[in-house]
Amino acid sequence: MISILRSIWFTFLHAFHKRETQGYPEKKPYLPPRYRGRIILSRDPDGKERCVACNLCAAACPVDCIALQAANDYNERRYPLFFRINFSRCIFCGFCEEACPTYAIQLIPDFEMGEYDRQNMVYEKENLLISGEGKYHGYNFYKVAGVDMGVKGIGKGENEEPPVDLKDLIH
Amino acid sequence: MKYVFIIAGVLLIPLTIAAGLIWVERRLLALFQDRYGPNRVGPFGLIQVLADVVKIFFKEDWIPPFADKAVFVMAPGILIATILLTFAVIPFTDNFLVLDSNIGILFFLGNSSLGVYSIVLGGWASNSKYSLLGSIRASAQMLTYEVFMGLSLVGVVMMADSFSLREIVEAQQGGWFFIPQFVAFLVFFIAGIAETHRTPFDIPEAEGELVAGYHSEYSGMKFGMFFVGEYLGVTLISSLIVTLFFGGWLGPAFLPPAFWFFLKTGFFICLFILIRASLPRPRYDQLMELGWKVLLPIVLLNILITGAILIYNSSL
Repeated sequence: MISILRSIWFTFLHAFHKRETQGYPEKKPYLPPRYRGRIILSRDPDGKERCVACNLCAAACPVDCIALQAANDYNERRYPLFFRINFSRCIFCGFCEEACPTYAIQLIPDFEMGEYDRQNMVYEKENLLISGEGKYHGYNFYKVAGVDMGVKGIGKGENEEPPVDLKDLIH
Repeated sequence: MKYVFIIAGVLLIPLTIAAGLIWVERRLLALFQDRYGPNRVGPFGLIQVLADVVKIFFKEDWIPPFADKAVFVMAPGILIATILLTFAVIPFTDNFLVLDSNIGILFFLGNSSLGVYSIVLGGWASNSKYSLLGSIRASAQMLTYEVFMGLSLVGVVMMADSFSLREIVEAQQGGWFFIPQFVAFLVFFIAGIAETHRTPFDIPEAEGELVAGYHSEYSGMKFGMFFVGEYLGVTLISSLIVTLFFGGWLGPAFLPPAFWFFLKTGFFICLFILIRASLPRPRYDQLMELGWKVLLPIVLLNILITGAILIYNSSL
């Protein structure tokens, strides 16, 4: 009997508690920078595509929602001919971002991707590619890579020694 | 002409309150659960009721092929009719009442007994297991609780020396009856919750075990009628508690009597909702035990003591 009255009283006290509701569409929630939301493709500081079409993201994707095809440009630099993410399949696990060797594919704090038509959930490269660098500023894969793509010559990078001449025994 | 207005008012006011209660209950439950509840449609979500009604009217009104059609259609109507009839004897103020009956309380008790038919017939006509189980439970529960619901009013009747609800209110000029009849008030309140089968006594429609009990086969506005009936019942029991124990329209004169009546009724409606928000549902046998083994003896004792005091006072 006492416990019944007690529980009624404590329920009544809840009328004066702060409400837990987050007024979502009016009040946007705080999303931390590493929130795993919409997937984007980023660019180099020089404005070139970071993606080298290595297919690692597509291989890492547990739900097979990434499709791309590699191609070489006039400079023999690899880039994706098309890059397609089916967001109706994507589970936002972030494995693609972890797999990416060039920081090209990134998950950003945005989740408002609702569509009325399922077809519209398929994002093509022009929907994915942004003009900035995303979360990793100043990073250019070809500045640390071992190949020359016109960004730096072989052996010219920071903390990088010039290439060894294998046929020279002097040093 | 005046009577037409009064009858229309007595019909319209409870129906409006019952419809508004859908919103009030959801908002209050949300308040007690640290949420907001419906706040989208209109100011404070007030138009939510209208939206719900429009939606429920556009739903398919399906009568199961295995149901007993005539009874199935009739059942929700009986519930509403019996409850609305009872409002006829409730004095909103000393001149705003339809029928100043000298058997007002008996009229209410009789009508609430007839209300059981709605649930029994509804469950029976649905011709399905869960509905029948629900209506069996409902009839047992309501018959049990009606016994001491009636008995709890005996003390009030003895003190007021009348069955007329208007005279009972007027007899409370000197002091509201909930002080001398506090036990009867508690018992009547508990029985009232059981009578309107609201949580924690909503065993006939326990979602967890019986889907929705006696109205699980109902759809569309027939289902809505059961719900309006439930809210009408809450309004009715609250206004009866106010009339019988809390002095009806009586109150300090700076506000009109009707205001006092609605204020007190509103308080008890909120109490109904608060109790729903806080208490879990007991087991069926516990419910019956509480009824027959605890509340009934208490009520009988209350009658004896009230009678003894009244006789002692009159012999002085």
